[in-house]
Amino acid sequence: MQDINIKITDRNGATHDVVAPTDMAMNLMEIVRSYELAEEGTIGICGGMAMCASCQCYVTSDHSLPEISDDEDAMLAEAFHVEDNSRLGCQIQMTPEINGLEVILAPES
Amino acid sequence: MITTDILIIGAGPTGLFTVFEAGLLKLKCHLIDALPQPGGQCSEIYPKKPIYDIPAYPEILAGDLTQKLIEQSKQFEPGFTLGERAETIEKQENETFIVTTNKGTKHQTKIVAIAGGLGSFEPRKPLIPNIADFEDKGVEYIIKEPELYRDKKVVISGGGDSALDWAIFLSNIASEVTLIHRRNEFRGALDSVEKVQELKNLGKIRLITPAEVRGVLGTDKVTGVAVEKKGEDSFIVDADHFIPLFGLSPKLGPIGNWGLSIEKNAIKVDTFDYQTNIPGVYAIGDVNTYPGKLKLILCGFHEATLMCQSAYKRIFPNKKYVMKYTTVGGVDGFDGTRKEAPKAVVKAIE
Repeated sequence: MQDINIKITDRNGATHDVVAPTDMAMNLMEIVRSYELAEEGTIGICGGMAMCASCQCYVTSDHSLPEISDDEDAMLAEAFHVEDNSRLGCQIQMTPEINGLEVILAPES
Repeated sequence: MITTDILIIGAGPTGLFTVFEAGLLKLKCHLIDALPQPGGQCSEIYPKKPIYDIPAYPEILAGDLTQKLIEQSKQFEPGFTLGERAETIEKQENETFIVTTNKGTKHQTKIVAIAGGLGSFEPRKPLIPNIADFEDKGVEYIIKEPELYRDKKVVISGGGDSALDWAIFLSNIASEVTLIHRRNEFRGALDSVEKVQELKNLGKIRLITPAEVRGVLGTDKVTGVAVEKKGEDSFIVDADHFIPLFGLSPKLGPIGNWGLSIEKNAIKVDTFDYQTNIPGVYAIGDVNTYPGKLKLILCGFHEATLMCQSAYKRIFPNKKYVMKYTTVGGVDGFDGTRKEAPKAVVKAIE
């Protein structure tokens, strides 16, 4: 199964090129945690159920991502620092189609 | 002063199961939790979500797991200090600890077991520049005393269950209830959404969507909020109280200042017995860290079990004990109940 490359800018502004597997049902929030790019306890608090927005990120590359679900949309409606390109990392699955994705982690809130 | 053998900070699954394991060793427990009900994240964040990795439960709702743990611990009569946050710890000369909450409730205990998960749940505060100036002067993030709002003008913001539920509840108490949300859609339970729609149609709730509160007005106390609605000039809504309800987020909080070794927002423990760097203070469940740590409920149960054995040895250093199987020894509750396996029936065949 193919690995993909993702560019993640952490909350301190440092950009990291990381390799993500596409066959382990991982999402972007989990990739961030596996590379320890955000302090534990500040990301993925709800575990990835689109219920806390601690994994909010801004998508800066031109990838067509799966549509925002009602759950994700509703959570973003209550989150802070939301922009037009905001997504919840836990709802972005690692698939070959998003190879080269670039994201910036939203501030902790 | 509340006195106990083991003071458990955090009434989530790990904390609740500790009551059972301690009870088997005849140790009494008392729990403190910042939330008004036991269950921790399971009851606060995802009570209706299924969990699939609790041994012997192919599927169980988080809320049901909490209920079963409460039921299992009940025979050992745990005490609860709910809606209060453990604030300070003082070690006494007689080796006990006194833990005091933010409301001043004091607990004297032989053992402290921190089972605080990701921390105590605190309200998420919206990014309104001057909001901090009005905290407790008309801005409240948690509704503790609904009577405070009788015949007052109240503005609630948020789009989840608590915003909807309180808007409904306060519509019978306050003189005016305004609900402001960034979207036209609400995330809450369908019943609540429909009820708010009905109250809006009856003129009992004023709904302003899609809109956001951008500022709080007043001098000594809140007199109104500045609202920005999409496609309109910003305007003022008169209010005696502004209640932003944007959910809760866990913070390690005061425990972080107790002199414990902290790494990655978690408390470092020895995996021998999950004791922290302070003898007599243990950390179990999601709140601790050690090489190979996994934040799973089932790991919390294991940690609680080992921790209780160590706590027993600390309290009774010279008293012998070996772990007993509940199937063999049964369970003697502090409430006088006894559970035991049925006795074997011996009968001759004629």
